Amino acid sequence: MNESSPIYGLMAEFEQPAQIVAAAVAAREAGYRMVDAYTPFPVEGLPEAIGFHRTRLPLIIFIGGLIGCIGGFYMQYWCSAVNYPINVGGRPFNSWPMFIPVTFEMTILSAATAAVIGLFALNGLPMPYHPVFNVPQFAMASRNRFFFCIQADDSHFDLSSTRNFLAGLQPHAIYEVQP
Amino acid sequence: MAGSPSHSPNDAAELEPAVLAPGHTFASVTDKISAIVLTRPASRGWWFGLLISFALVMLLLIAITYLLVVGVGVWGINIPIAWGFAIVNFVWWIGIGHAGTLISAILLLLHQEWRTSINRFAEAMTLFAVACAGLFPLLHMGRPWFFYWLLPYPNTMKVWPQFRSPLVWDCFAVSTYFTVSLLFWYVGLIPDMATLRDNSRSRMGQIVYGVLAMGWRGSARHWRRHEVAYLIMAGLATPLVVSVHTVVSFDFCIADLPGWHSTIFPPYFVAGAIYSGFAMVLVLAIPLRYFYGLQDFITDQHLHNMAKVTLATGMIVAYGYGIEAFMSWYSGNPYEEYVQYNRMLGPYAWTYWLLILCNIVIPQSLWSKRVRTNVPLLFCVAMVVLIGMWLERFVIVVTSLHRDFLPSSWGMYSPTFWDWATLLGSVGLFFCLLFLFLRLLPAISMSEMRELVEEVEGPEAHAH
Repeated sequence: MNESSPIYGLMAEFEQPAQIVAAAVAAREAGYRMVDAYTPFPVEGLPEAIGFHRTRLPLIIFIGGLIGCIGGFYMQYWCSAVNYPINVGGRPFNSWPMFIPVTFEMTILSAATAAVIGLFALNGLPMPYHPVFNVPQFAMASRNRFFFCIQADDSHFDLSSTRNFLAGLQPHAIYEVQP
Repeated sequence: MAGSPSHSPNDAAELEPAVLAPGHTFASVTDKISAIVLTRPASRGWWFGLLISFALVMLLLIAITYLLVVGVGVWGINIPIAWGFAIVNFVWWIGIGHAGTLISAILLLLHQEWRTSINRFAEAMTLFAVACAGLFPLLHMGRPWFFYWLLPYPNTMKVWPQFRSPLVWDCFAVSTYFTVSLLFWYVGLIPDMATLRDNSRSRMGQIVYGVLAMGWRGSARHWRRHEVAYLIMAGLATPLVVSVHTVVSFDFCIADLPGWHSTIFPPYFVAGAIYSGFAMVLVLAIPLRYFYGLQDFITDQHLHNMAKVTLATGMIVAYGYGIEAFMSWYSGNPYEEYVQYNRMLGPYAWTYWLLILCNIVIPQSLWSKRVRTNVPLLFCVAMVVLIGMWLERFVIVVTSLHRDFLPSSWGMYSPTFWDWATLLGSVGLFFCLLFLFLRLLPAISMSEMRELVEEVEGPEAHAH
């Protein structure tokens, strides 16, 4: 952590997806860890290149689905067999085959809700403010440009040497990101 | 099959997948799609379409108000035909919605690249169609303000919904379907909301799209989670869409009524849903690409592929009709036999034969490549299929109910003005929502189109 730099980080702008993957790989080899890459569409290999390998999201979705499945079935069981059993022609109270459709729908509903909530939670969204938006050109990150940012809180970060490092990657431009 | 490059070795141009016109860049696809929302003024045609559909929404509101004031007797329903138009329209609309999920979820899982440019508005179509569909069972209840009785909640009457009833399954299935479709749609929209936020020049646009984008900044980590979530949600939506129409068909086939009580119903309903849904996508995509000049993105290849899916599902539906007729004879049950006989030769025979004409005979023209590639003709065939699928539900609902076991309880059904007004009004609501969607949200997924550009064009796509 470099206390003397009051900025969020240094950002390099690239024009091609291949360049930003190369930049991310080079930065990782140079020892930078607090980095992020911003792209207008998911670029293959980029998450791995910035050191992001696994997401817990599938587990969250699975747990969500499990809760929906068990909860959905139990709801019907409890309503029909425990809380208010109604004898219809001597048929079983726990008529489980008839409970499958609602159990299934509850599983899907709960898993999908978990997917969305999990996605937002892990991504830290909604986020009303983020320093990267202080760079005016960053608006192009949602159009056709690729931005690679090395954050100032990285232990290897030094304003001039990091700037030189980024310049060596031949970006379109380099920006200082205000916090 | 669809979308893959054709294997003609001597023609280099044919090796290009025709799902995107050549020469596009990340910037050009983004600008062209976002321009419809951000910069291009609303055309006269758009205002005209919105006005007509808005007028129909007003008709719908009048019809609903009259219904609520007087009661369901304003419709042509009575015993023995208590379902009438309401259920016909419900099943028709929800079936139309299913193609949207099929395109967005199932084709995504099957890596069909051609889905990219049609999935967004197909999903919108799903949402609006399900919204129209949901209206009908609610209104049909007679006292729609008690709709929450279908939900299990602790209440002073200390009773619970009957979970063994297909109508309760329907409530769960349709509300789950709507919710999941909405979530799936919104998750796909977030990156595009960020694009609109960054490109909008009006303060209002920046704020509204900014709030909807929730601070999306395209981080590689976020993209990875987004991709994972989107894929898994597609995996969840796939069995969901099958289950929803299966449950809708349970509404019929759980009942002990000749003509309904049949195990063919779930698969044949699902196929019919996809059939009518693809017809609706064609009906919407053809004018959309014409009026907004989107032929580069929604190419002839798309229409061609959709025509093939329409034909394939139409054949499944035709098989369903055949099996239905065969089983009623093979069952040896006089009531079953009579239902089929009555459908073909009874007072509603004209609807049955019209349905056969619309759903089986006319769509056979899609075997011809000349029809599949002739855009106006394809539009007409799709319209015919939509009418045919509506007739199918009419035949199923009305001819089965109007003559069941006891001749003393037979009756006839004829729709009233208010039946037609509600149906037309729901069509208006659907198109009204769709017109607003076209102006307010990107009709084609920009982020997925950029991805497609990267795949198709490779490193040349960086210009501008």
